[in-house]
Amino acid sequence: MRTTDRLLAGACALLLAMQAQAADGQKLFTQGGANPAAMACVTCHGANGEGMAAGGFPRLAGLSAGYLNKQLEDFRSGARANPIMQPIAAALGDDEMQALSAFLAAKPAPAAAQANRADAAEGVGARLALRGAWERNIPECVSCHGPGGSGVGDAFPALGGQSAAYLSAQLNAWRQGTRKNDPNDLMGHVARSLTDAEVTAVAEYFASLGQ
Amino acid sequence: MKLFPFAVLALAVCGPVAAAEIKMDDQSQLNPKATGKPAFEPPQESDLPDNAYGKLVQEGRAIFVNTQKYAGEYVGNGMNCTNCHLDQGRKADSAPLWGAYPMYPAYRKKNDKVNSYAERVQGCFQFSMNGKPPAADSHVINALSAYSYWLSTGAPTGQELPGRAYPEVPQPKGGYDIAKGREVYAAQCAVCHGDDGQGQKAAEGYVFPPLWGRDSFNWGAGMHRINTAAAFIKENMPLGKGRTLSDEEAWNVAAYMNSHERPQDPRLIDGSIAKTRDKYHANDGVNLYGVEVNGVLLGQGIK
Repeated sequence: MRTTDRLLAGACALLLAMQAQAADGQKLFTQGGANPAAMACVTCHGANGEGMAAGGFPRLAGLSAGYLNKQLEDFRSGARANPIMQPIAAALGDDEMQALSAFLAAKPAPAAAQANRADAAEGVGARLALRGAWERNIPECVSCHGPGGSGVGDAFPALGGQSAAYLSAQLNAWRQGTRKNDPNDLMGHVARSLTDAEVTAVAEYFASLGQ
Repeated sequence: MKLFPFAVLALAVCGPVAAAEIKMDDQSQLNPKATGKPAFEPPQESDLPDNAYGKLVQEGRAIFVNTQKYAGEYVGNGMNCTNCHLDQGRKADSAPLWGAYPMYPAYRKKNDKVNSYAERVQGCFQFSMNGKPPAADSHVINALSAYSYWLSTGAPTGQELPGRAYPEVPQPKGGYDIAKGREVYAAQCAVCHGDDGQGQKAAEGYVFPPLWGRDSFNWGAGMHRINTAAAFIKENMPLGKGRTLSDEEAWNVAAYMNSHERPQDPRLIDGSIAKTRDKYHANDGVNLYGVEVNGVLLGQGIK
């Protein structure tokens, strides 16, 4: 009996712990972290992490946990400069970052059209995304970010259904050297070869895939 | 009971017959000495006519860039044609189709026959794609031939055009170093191709091709030559950052990649790695088929 009780108690404690862990991400997202400076994500990133296009706040739902966690760490360290996110990330603990990243990664990503290299490409944005501009060593965006820019692994985030405002702001940050937390300058190197018109067009293209 | 040995014998006899016939017996190295600056420019997609020909060309292009989806029955691994022939087979110095198509039919001393372009493409399916060759009159070969023909619009026939190969990279003076290649791999390649060369997938399948192992090209593919892989890597890798690695880095990382096991050479003779090496690998550039590396004999294939 005593053993059974202990087992039961242990199981309950484990369940509670798991629940606390599971609730953690959601609570952090909707109410903020233990440190009040870690404001609730929901304020800017939308009730379901869908982002807020008008403010340029990106969609977070369905991005890979590894990518999200790295971005939070980079905001904290300053490797990714952002005056809003820096103090928020600095107020989050490692466990909080991990819980948040896992929680957001598990949320459904918006359905985005799976456009790929075999599809027709009309217009500047679609051509960059599906054909690249190899005369300037610019690969097809989908060759790293996946069909429809659905995202691949922890290093190549989803682009489909991300707002044009956010995508173009990031591309411009890479061009200007204010964002440089990509592995081996893989994105920066491409972004610096793009023109203003191409940045706008390709950002609008990927935003349109989610509509 | 007495029938049993006959059944085994019949199987043994039928085995090699059942295997697909090798359509073109190797993926020979192109002459890297074809010098000069690449000048040929293939036509633009927007120039394609809106008719049956244009449609077949587009179907060939679709097969070329998404072979997994549009010719999957002939593909035995995770590769697409465009993984090795960049920019949809258009890019100079990356074995473009416009550099290959006008060179066929071609007599080859090696097999003492005139090889057609269809046979050359069938060879890609058997080796690089580790699959089976589509029939010479199949839709897949017709469409790929039409696409290649269109890309070659205006190219002279029978002339080695500058840019048709991967530019040769001289082997480092002290030879290559697999251990150093491993370091290059970890720093530059693993982010896309994975820690163990396994590639990376998205929902639809491979986005970054596997570099060794079950789903990669087999031991008969041209890319299994370290010199060919070094030339490809130097020109094209990391994707979009071609010609940023040193010659030494390209050789070392090519040797690291090609020191791993991959699917067996479909030309395997009598189940013998030694015989297959003697006939097909001993004089085929720099390669590790049938060579022992760190105490392991390479060329065993993957079941």
